[in-house]
This record gives sequence, C-alpha cells and structure tokens, in this order.
Amino acid sequence: MAAAEVARQGEGCRTVPLSGHVGFDSLPDQLVNKSVNHGFCFNILCVGETGLGKSTLMDTLFNTKFEGDPASHSQPGVQLKSSTYDLQESNVNLKLTIVSTVGFGDQINKEDSYKPIVEFIDAQFEAYLQEELKIKRALHNYHDTRIHACLYFIAPTGHSLKSLDLVTMKKLDSKAHLPFAVIGSTEELKIGNKMLKARQYPWGTVQVENEAHCDFVKLREMLIRVNMEDLREQTHTRHYELYRRCKLEEMGFKDTDPDSKPFSLQETYEAKRNEFLGELQKKEEAMRQMFVQRVKEKEAELKEAEKELHEKFDRLKKLHQDEKKKLEDKKKSLDDEVNAFKQRKTAAELLQSQAQQAGGSQTLKRDKERKNNPWLCTE
Amino acid sequence: MFKGPVESKNEAAMSELVPEPRQKPVVPMKPTGINTNLLGYIGIDTIIEQMRKKTMKTGFDFNIMVVGQSGLGKSTLVNTLFKSQVSRKSSSWNREEKIPKTVEIKAIGHVIEEGGVKMKLTVIDTPGFGDQINNENCLRPLDLEFMKHLSKVVNIIPVIAKADTMTLEEKTEFKQRVRKELEVNGIEFYPQKEFDEDLEDKTENDKIRESMPFAVVGSDKEYQVNGKRVLGRKTPWGIIEVENLTHCEFALLRDFVIRTHLQDLKEVTHNIHYETYRAKRLNDNGGLPPMTVETEENHESNL
Repeated sequence: MAAAEVARQGEGCRTVPLSGHVGFDSLPDQLVNKSVNHGFCFNILCVGETGLGKSTLMDTLFNTKFEGDPASHSQPGVQLKSSTYDLQESNVNLKLTIVSTVGFGDQINKEDSYKPIVEFIDAQFEAYLQEELKIKRALHNYHDTRIHACLYFIAPTGHSLKSLDLVTMKKLDSKAHLPFAVIGSTEELKIGNKMLKARQYPWGTVQVENEAHCDFVKLREMLIRVNMEDLREQTHTRHYELYRRCKLEEMGFKDTDPDSKPFSLQETYEAKRNEFLGELQKKEEAMRQMFVQRVKEKEAELKEAEKELHEKFDRLKKLHQDEKKKLEDKKKSLDDEVNAFKQRKTAAELLQSQAQQAGGSQTLKRDKERKNNPWLCTE
Repeated sequence: MFKGPVESKNEAAMSELVPEPRQKPVVPMKPTGINTNLLGYIGIDTIIEQMRKKTMKTGFDFNIMVVGQSGLGKSTLVNTLFKSQVSRKSSSWNREEKIPKTVEIKAIGHVIEEGGVKMKLTVIDTPGFGDQINNENCLRPLDLEFMKHLSKVVNIIPVIAKADTMTLEEKTEFKQRVRKELEVNGIEFYPQKEFDEDLEDKTENDKIRESMPFAVVGSDKEYQVNGKRVLGRKTPWGIIEVENLTHCEFALLRDFVIRTHLQDLKEVTHNIHYETYRAKRLNDNGGLPPMTVETEENHESNL
C-alpha cells in the first residue's frame, strides 16, 4: 500500500470514561511477571583505599559472604576486580556484579588514580553502545554491565576529604551515581540473647543495624529497598544517554545540520558512507601509484643487468676472437717454416744427387785425399 | 553456597532495632531453581514494588489496529473491548460515499484509566480495507496473501465477526476450516509458536491457539437479563449476551488480549518485529559506518 496519510490526533488526547471493568489494571502485574521471569541485574562499583572495608560492607549489605581474598597493598597501579553473583530472594533473581578497586591510593603518585576507574565505567557504556548500534542486536538478552551505583569509601580520619577523594569523586560524578558512603564494617556477635551484627571494642559494641550507631540501615534502605530500580533507570536514561550522545557526536553524527534543519539518520549514514568510500578510493589510488612506481624501478634494474650481461658477452667474444687470430697466425708461421724446411730439404737432396753423378771419380779422389788428409774439407 | 537461618527468624530479631521491613508484595511464585538461602533478609524483592510503582506513574501505551470490511462491527467490537467510545462507528462516516476516495487510515488516541493504571490507547481504523473472516465464503486468495505479509511484521489476531449467525456446530467446523487454511498458507497468528519461551508458555499458548479464531459478538447496548444489566444484542428469538461464554467467545478474546497477554503483545512487537524491521532497514541502507576494526572489514567485503 502506498504511504497513506495517517492522521494522528495531537498529544493532548481526551480522557474517556469506562462504562465497566475492562481489566487492563492487571498490566503492572503482567509487566512485573515478565521482569521477574527475565531476572534483574544490578552493578555496584566500590571505590576506596585498600583496607577500608569495602568487601565487608558488601557482605553485610547483601547478607552473604562473597568469596574473595583480601587485597594486598603492593599493587603496581589501580586495577579493577569484578565478580558476578546470582542471588535469589523469594522469586526475585538478581544478577549482582560487584566491581572493586584494587590498589587505589596505594601509589605515591596518586594523580592519575581516578583514570582507570573512569575508563572502566566508560568501557561498559561503550560495550552497550556497540551492541545497541549493531544491525542484528540482542538487547533483550544482553548482560548489562553498566555501573548503576558507585560507593565511594572515605577513610574515617575525621579530617575533611582528601584531595585524591575530591578529584576522583568529581570525575565520577558525571558518570555514575554516588550515594554518600559511610563506613560500617561488621561481624556477627552475640549480644544478650540475639545474634547481631556488630563490632566489639573494649569500650562497647557498635551495632550495625542500630540507626543511632551508624548509617548502615539508611544506606541499605536507600540502595536496595527504595531506589534500586530508580538507579537502574537513571543509569540508562541519564548517564548512558549522555555518554551515547557525546560518542555519536564525536563520530560526526548530528541531529541537525549547520542550518538547524533536522538531519535524517539516512542522510548522515549516506554522508558517512560516501566519506568512507572516498577515503577508501584515495587509499586505493595511493597504493596503485606505489605499485606502479615499484614496477618501474624494478624494470629499470633489470634492464641495467641485461645491458651489463650483453657487454660482458661482447667482451668475451672479442677476447676469444683475438686469441683465435693469434693462434692462426702462429699456425701460419709454423706452416711457413715447415714449407721452407721442406724446400731446403728437396734442394739439398737434388744437389746431392747431382754431385754424385758429376764426379764419381772425383769422389774417389777426394776420398783418397781425405784418407790421407782427414782434416781437408773439399766442399 | 549461601546457607543460613530461615528468613523470618532474622526478621523478628531485626525488628527490635530497625523499622518494620516493607510488606513483601504478593506475586505468583515460580518454582525456584537456584539454591540460595541467604543469611538474612536483604530486600531485593522490593524491586518488584519499586517497578510497579514506577510503571503506574508513567502509564502505558497500547496501539491496536482493526482491519476488515466495514459493516462487520469492527468499531463496535473495539468499543466493547474497552468499554468506552474509543472508535468512531461507520455511521458517522459520510454515508453517501460508500467507498472513501482514498484509503485514509486514521489513528485516534484516548486516555483511559482503571485501578490507578493510565493507558493511552490508540485505535487505528482502516475503513473499507482488508478482511476479517467473512463467514459466507472462505478466505479469498488476495486476503491470504495480504495476511501472510502482515503476519511477518505485526501480531495478527484473527477474529470471526457476527458469530451470532452460526450455530455451535457450524462455529466449530468453520473455525477448524479457517485454522487449516491459515496453516496451509503459512500464516502464523499471535501467539506465534516460535516465540513460546518455555514449556509453561507453550502449554498455555497451545490451548489458546486451539480455540482461535475467537467467534465474537460486539455490542454497546445494555439490556436487562435475569435482573442484571448486560451488554447484548436483541433479536426476535432472544438476547445474545456478549459477555456470556455460552453465547459467544467475546470474554475469551478480551481476557486474552487485555488481561493476560497485553504486555506480551507489546514485548513481541518491540523485541522481534521492530528489531527485524530495524535490521532490514539498516542493511538496505548499506550498513552503518565502521566504528571498530571488525565492522570495517565487514564493510570492505561488502564493497
């Protein structure tokens, strides 16, 4: 069907009376049932120096003994330790995640102590944002790790807040909820006939749940019994939205363009996509150029080598020819010598035969003379 | 493992020092699977009350669209369902024009309140379009096509209108025929089998699916029957009581849509239909610009 005009009545809808019982007042129950089936999750971040009793307080708040070793004081930097527990009370399933700082305030240089903490909180927002922006996403079953409340532990020195505390709290304030933290650590002791949580000092016993003694009860009321749902919602609608808005604006998304006309998401995506494609093309071009350049260089190199080879070949050839010529010359001269010798030999033989014919007697006479005078030479 | 004394004992011990812990709300319990007996009462279960209070304050939205030939009693049915004038009857349309010039879809919102719960109800009427199951013929092929497309993007609840024209046997037989036809054509109506979350859901929904489509009669007129004022239709052979289960299945439809599955209808729409639409829309758009290395690689391969 073509885009038919849907005429909507304005936000000021009329209230109409009901003439009987309809039954949608069961809606909150339906909603609650669904939520209960789905389960809840709550994430607390505990920031404070080592030894202030963070884990003890958590144990007390949630009336359980959470496993974990007490932290040491010799950490290289501030780290965050996260553990998740499944708690159940009547039919409510709570997935509780407690994140604790380890080594906070143990360093000599405490300037950047707050940084790992802020980074951690941001990382959880980022993870949620990534999931939210996926095309195929599973938000309904997503394990939400965003911090709902941050408990900041202040040392009971009696003085005002330390500068480290001030700086850190200021940084965290925009990122998470900071209900005011109190110290109340405790073990169970027997007082009179009842088992109570308390700390025993020589001068008396501090009862944790006695409001006159400490604010523990107030904290528990506020955190769990009254505002847990509120904290979860505020984290999502305020802190997370703020993070999301900053992040998206950083990436270049806007709701309105410079002329204050509303940008449609489609236009933004198209613009981003074209920008990306443009960049990609540029990179491709650059790569191609480089490739061509390299090819040219290589070709030149190869040509050089070829030339050299040719020259070498020519040189060798010439050498070879020279040698050959020399040898031929030598051969010729030898041949000449041989011929000359042959000629002389035949000439000599001829003379000898002539001499024999011309004077056989002369030869005898000569021979006689020679007998008598061996030293005579008659040639 | 967290083991400890029973809750009530600690509560008694605590009550001396602390104010009375809040009243635990009455909510039907599901069988507990995890073994976690805590050392004492924490108060986690108060989140139920917190949530309930919050939703009562903000109120609810509900949007319902009625599709079918005019004259079948769509507006009357909606008005009967919500016991108020939330839908304008076709008699208020200009009777001269039997066929509206354009298919103008009107969405009209009203606020209704009951038991402290405020609901903004928006009724979307589609005059002269689509088809409720006309009990003269079977479903026309065009309508089946139309319903098939619709069932993929929205929760469809088929309803047999003017059920007072059929006897009980005719009703059962017709219903079976319609269900078969829907099944054969791959039209999944709400509650869809594929979205049953667990065995409990499945059993409950199977029963409902077996009795759908509901054969209903709507009326906004009251009559006196056996000393009671009831909504009904007056005929020469008797008064058909709308909310009487032996007369028609209106009450079943109402309980199903409003009293038990209202929230579920909204959740299926949000978590499944909307997400499907969103994913498809973003995909057609060429996907999102890259934010991380992984998506960048994906994007490149799409080029």
